[in-house]
Parts: sequence; C-alpha cells; structure tokens
Amino acid sequence: MANEINQTSSQNSGNIQPTMEVQNISKRFPGVVALDDVSLQFFPGEIHAIVGENGAGKSTLMKIMSGAYIPDSGKIYLDGGKVSFAHPREAQKKGISIIYQEFNLLPERTVAHNIFLGREPSKFGALDVRQMNKQAREVLMEIGVEKMVSPTALASGLSVAEQQLVEIAKAISFNAKVLIMDEPTAALSFTEVKLLHDLVSRLKQKGMSIIFISHRLVEVFDIAEKITVLKDGKFIKTVDKKDVTPADIVYLMVGRTLDHYFPPLGKPEDFGEVVLKINDASNECLKDINFELRKGEVLGVAGLQGSGRTELAQALFGVVPFKSGKMELHGKGIAIKSPAKAIKNKMGFVTEDRKSEGITPRQPIRDNMLLTVRSTQFLLSSILKDGIRKSRKLVPMLGKQVDIRTDSFDREAQFLSGGNQQKVVLAKWLASDADVFIFDEPTRGIDVESKASIHDMIRDLTRRGIAVLMISSELPEIIGMSDRILVMAEWQIAGELPAKSSEQAIMLFATGHSKNAQKNSELAGKE
Amino acid sequence: MTTVTASENGFRRILRSIHIPPVYFFLILVFLIGGTLDQILADGQIFKNPAIMLNIVVRSVALGIVAVGQSLVIIGASIDLSVAYTISITAVMSSYLMQGKTENVPLAILGVFGIGALIGVANGLTITKLHVNPFIATLGTSLIIKGIINATFSNYTGSVPESFQFFGYGTIGPIPVSIIILFLTVLAGWFILARTKFGSHLYGVGGNTEVARLSGVRTDRVLIGAHVMCSMTAVLAGLFLVSLMQSGAPWVGPNGIYDLNSIATTVIGGTALAGGKGGVWGTLAGVLIFGVLDTTFNQLGVNPYLKTVLQGAIIVLAVASYTIRSKKEVA
Repeated sequence: MANEINQTSSQNSGNIQPTMEVQNISKRFPGVVALDDVSLQFFPGEIHAIVGENGAGKSTLMKIMSGAYIPDSGKIYLDGGKVSFAHPREAQKKGISIIYQEFNLLPERTVAHNIFLGREPSKFGALDVRQMNKQAREVLMEIGVEKMVSPTALASGLSVAEQQLVEIAKAISFNAKVLIMDEPTAALSFTEVKLLHDLVSRLKQKGMSIIFISHRLVEVFDIAEKITVLKDGKFIKTVDKKDVTPADIVYLMVGRTLDHYFPPLGKPEDFGEVVLKINDASNECLKDINFELRKGEVLGVAGLQGSGRTELAQALFGVVPFKSGKMELHGKGIAIKSPAKAIKNKMGFVTEDRKSEGITPRQPIRDNMLLTVRSTQFLLSSILKDGIRKSRKLVPMLGKQVDIRTDSFDREAQFLSGGNQQKVVLAKWLASDADVFIFDEPTRGIDVESKASIHDMIRDLTRRGIAVLMISSELPEIIGMSDRILVMAEWQIAGELPAKSSEQAIMLFATGHSKNAQKNSELAGKE
Repeated sequence: MTTVTASENGFRRILRSIHIPPVYFFLILVFLIGGTLDQILADGQIFKNPAIMLNIVVRSVALGIVAVGQSLVIIGASIDLSVAYTISITAVMSSYLMQGKTENVPLAILGVFGIGALIGVANGLTITKLHVNPFIATLGTSLIIKGIINATFSNYTGSVPESFQFFGYGTIGPIPVSIIILFLTVLAGWFILARTKFGSHLYGVGGNTEVARLSGVRTDRVLIGAHVMCSMTAVLAGLFLVSLMQSGAPWVGPNGIYDLNSIATTVIGGTALAGGKGGVWGTLAGVLIFGVLDTTFNQLGVNPYLKTVLQGAIIVLAVASYTIRSKKEVA
C-alpha cells in the first residue's frame, strides 16, 4: 500500500516538498479501528478533497492532524520536519487550522470572543476587547460577510449558516499553512457556498494547503484538484480530479456502483386519501399556509435558507404551534399545541439538528430508539408489563430495518457516526407507529451510501401508507424524492410543483420571481 | 451596538459594557416591597434610616465575597461546596496563628491563603485530572476539612489582635472597610471575567469544554485556576468573619450556610448553573436581595422558621422568572 501512495504522489507532484505529510497513521477506538495505516501528502497551493462514506475515518484523520486526537502509531511531518501534537494548541501554533463538522461556537459569547477564543489580543495583561472586535471585523471582511455578521453579536442569535460563516472566519484568522475543512458547506445556502469557494481559491493562491472534506461530490469536483478516497479506515487511492468522473469516485468509496441515487417515485395508485390538511394557518413567523398531504406520498418542501421551511415543520409538530387557521388530521379538526400531542396523534419528526434535538447522546442506542414508545405509555406499564421483553425484540428488529452499524445496541449514541445517528432517530419514530412523518434535512452531512439507504427507507415508509413531508435544501434530493413539491419563500408557500420539476422552476418560486409572475397573471385575469 | 462613538464618555461606556443585569430590577422591587411593608407594619426604619441600608450591605459582605468566587467556578460549569468549611478553617487557623498579637498577622494571613490555595488546587485537580464530578469532589473536600477542624478545634480558638479588627469594624470616612473590600472583590471578579484572557477562557470552558479545548485553551489549567480563586475568596470571607468575631470558631462557615447560599445568590444573579453564562454584578445583586430580605424579616419580626420558608420560595420564584423570560425571548 505504501508503494502505491508514493507512486501517485511522485507522479502528481514531482519534487515539491509537501506542506504536511502523515505516514502510517493508525487509531483505534473501543470496538473499531478508525484508521489503519494511512499515509497521505498535502502540497502547498493545492486543494485536496478527502471523501469516503461514514466511518471511513476522514474526521478521525483530520482530528489527528489538528491535534485533537493522538494517533496510536504513525508519524506526522510538517515542512519535512517530524512533529507530534499533544494538544490542539500545538497544532495551531505550527500553522494548522480546522473547521469542524459540528458547530463549535459558544452560544453565550460574542462572535469576536468566539473567533479569538484561546488567543485573545491583550494589552498589559488585560483583554483588549476593542482590538479583538476590530480584528474580528477584518477577518469577517476577508470572507466578505461583515455585513451579515457583527463581531459583537451573540453567537446564539445567529442562524445556522451565519454560525458556519463565523467558524470559517475563525479558521482563517489563524493565518495557517494548512486549512482543514470538515464539511464546511453542509449548512450553507447557495450564495454562501459561492463565497466560500471564492475564498478557498484565494487562500490557495496564497500557497495554503487546503484539505476539504465533503459529501457533495459535485462540490468536490468543483474545487478540488486532488481527491483521496478512504474506506473503512483504510487508504484506497489518491487521484487527480481531471483523470476521474464522479461515478469512479463513488465506485471507489462504496466498492460498487450506485446505479441510481434515488428510489423510484410513487405511482398514482399508491397515493391514498388526504391525511393532513392545513388551511390558512399562521403563527408568529408563518403566513397563510395551505396544503394537503396524502397517504403514501412524499411531499417535498424546498426553499432558501430562512424561507420558513424549518418553521413549518416546527409548527406542524407543535414545537412552535400555529396560532390561527385550521389543521385537519385524518379528516378531523385538531390543534397540535405540543410535540407530545403530535406524537400521540402518530406524527414523527426527524429534525435537522440531530445532535441537539434528535438523539440523547449519552443514552444507549437502545433507549434512544425506545424514547417515543415509552413516552406514549404509562411509566409503570412500560417497565413492568412487557416493556423489557418487548424492547429486547423490538430494538434489534428496528436496528435491522434501518441498518444501523454497531457492535452493540448498548453503546452510547454519541459514539455513532452522523449517518448512523440519523438512522437511530428514524428507528425511534418507526417504533412509535407514526403515520405522518416530517423530515427536516434528513441527509444533511451524511455520506453517499447512508444517504441512499435513508432515501430508500423514506420510500419504504410511503409504500406502507405513511405520508411524508420532506424538507431539504438540496434540490437534487427534493427532485429525486418528491411526488409533489412545495416551494417556500418569505414565510409562506410560494407555489406547488409536480414531481420531477426542474431546479430552475423551483428556484424561480424560491427567489420570489414566480410569485410576482403569478400575481400579475391573476390580476390580468381579473381585469 | 457595534461601535462606541467618541462622544460617549468613559463612564457610559463602562456602564454599557457591564449590561446591567435584570436582577437589579428585582433587587429594587424587593427593597421597595420590603420597605413598604416595614412602613406599614413596623417602624419604617428601612426607608427612614440610612444606617440600616448601610447595615444591609455590611451584613452581606461575607456572603458577597464568597459568592464572587462561587460565580467564577459556576461560570466554568463547576461548583464549590467546600467554601463553608474553607471559611471555618480560615477563621480558626488565622485566630490560632495570630494569638492576639499584631506581629503575627502577616504570617497568619499568608498561612490561611496558603491553605486556601491548597484546597483550591485539590478541588481543581480532583475535578480535571481524576474526572470526579465537581459536586462530589468538593463535597469530599468539604468533609475532609470538616473532619480535620473538628478533630483539632472544638471551640473558640486563639484571638485576633485589635488592629486586625479594623477589617471588620473600621471605616474610611463614612464607608466601612468591609464594604470597600466587598466592592473591590466584585470589581476584581468583574475584571477577571470580562477583561482578561483567563476570564474569556473560563466562559469557554463553562460553555463547552470541548470547543474550548479544540480552540487551543488549556481547559484544565483554567478550571483549576478558577477553583483556586474561589477558595481564596472563601479565605477572605473567613478573615473578615474572624475579625468580626475576634476569635475563630469551627462552626462559622456551616452556620452561615455559605456553601448553598453562595450558589443560590449566584444563580439568582443570573449565572447559569450549567456554566458559560453570567457575571459577578448579577451575583452582587443576588447577595443584596438576601440582605434586604433578611433585614425586612428582622424588622417585621418574622419567625425564623417562616423566614427560611419565605427565603426558599423567593429563590425559586426569582430563578423561575428568568427561565420563563428567556423562553419567551426564544419564541
């Protein structure tokens, strides 16, 4: 294997010395080998993408390179010299900066405090807040978002996308030689992604070595020059982008070709009666929501960041309930004022932010799966009667249904990869016998193969007569999965489109263009 | 909010950067209600007599000093249950070392601060290196100190010289020395939290230890530092109490419930028990609320048991009102 690496790198890069190099890195965790003898080289002025499915070891490798983990064996070289990091601070000092996949901001602190945490500017031993705010503004300006994000704003007041921009600002403020980005675009909308891509190319021209982890292959092919594939903790191959196609990469990642990304759409005979009907519903955010959801269909909800997609899901599920309007479930009028009531009425909600809303990380997988079942039963009946016996049967069955990869269901959910955590959330709702499912970004930050299996599961649900409302910011996912598409803009539903509508048609509604067009035509009709 | 204009003078800028915590409105409310009740039901001293207001503050000094330290560790998502017995050991040890002689004072002060540092380091190390839950770790420390002082001292021990009583009873102009020391302690706490790297790191550690660590903060050192500072404030409070009592007794700490009261006042002041949020100005208000309540109840001659019941109810109400408010802000 070592020979293979030397071959590829010598072919590609001639005699330039790599900025950073890892050799024969291995790392074990209880029950898994996360990295097995991985060697890689990263060169100055190069954007190097690392791809692989969940559990391939990408994030572990990045954490080792940034000093967050200490490898069991192997060496790290920086500019030709051997280094080892006992603390993230040491890696930072040597010029390695990283944007982590999970959000790493302190909600109760200002943007500037977050950016400079651990290396705040000081004067005569005292913190120089003014200087810190000034420098923070400069960094924000560098990535071109100084108008969106103020250095003195509290992180908790920022949207998910803005928080991600702050993370990026933090990472580049180190003036690092090596910049590692672990899924930096997962939370960003189109314009912000563009900003980031421009920034990355600028940093590259400065000679920075950029390591980019992404599940969006389109993006990888957009900006990376070199692509390394990892699988099951092992190095598979490093290739030049120009020599390969996305299909080749997928083949390397999963060891087989995925002939279609999406399961077939539902047929007209699959759709049953209207299960959920919303009439003129509004709350603090949303205005005049009207739609119907039928049995057996996937209703996709598209829209830009901040168009009210997530708020719609929260209103339906009673997190932030509707204040006015009518809601009908199975033909009966109902007001869902709390998630508990939603669950009682057999609704399931797979949230966008699984870390804070979907799973209880420190509980075993088993208990996570049984959370909804238990919440709808009396405390004693679930424990005494048949709770234990039932859970013994139910949990492995659910695990099999959603294909969770773990050696034991007693493992704490926090140790699972993102894709597997999402499957636990799914299992939780399957266990509750829900017949209306709301998915909010079901595959955000998840690798290609888990994505495909989650898509299959969603389609499976509809075949069992379950109605699915699926919110997604990824248009291919909306188009590939939806039997009908609702597009949201400015806190209302801007329009409805049939299955297989084009990205362009969706974007027209999402950006508000079609709405005006429609209004104009309506007005014209009245006259 | 983003820029400070040049027309603003220093004082306003400071006022702005402090962000007066909402608990001060609660303090004023408690004071007004207490004063009014006093006016109606008793002799109306609270509003009439400025000395009684001063007295409210003086009576809050010991708790105020410890609460500043407690705020630091709570902001770091830790807690310190050993402050009460740290106060006790300070009181007995300092009075034992002084033996009524002024020339012994510096050594005694050095000695008790040394003990305080030791307790703080022990707490910090147990929590960060042995990964013992802070509640249990400091409870353990507390029991150890308790055992040691109970085995060694059973009653008033030694005495402090008259010169040292200046701390407890002296005044500079019209202002009692003890109030100045309380104010300086709060000021120091504020400076550490808001104007030093250490403070910034402490908010990081309390907010999310892993985030802080990945940002390059030496999280263990920061938390140990906070615990040392907290123990130091307990020592300072102990010195103040012994100068009032003129001789150290082992029960001075636990009798004043300084452990739980310092936690309660910190939380009333708006510092989150989960860490990462809060400040010492709020804590000061929390302490003063306790002082006002105490004085009001004394004025009205409320039965001491009922007093405790009312105190408990008011703590719960105050904290509940914050949570409800902050929930509304979210929605």
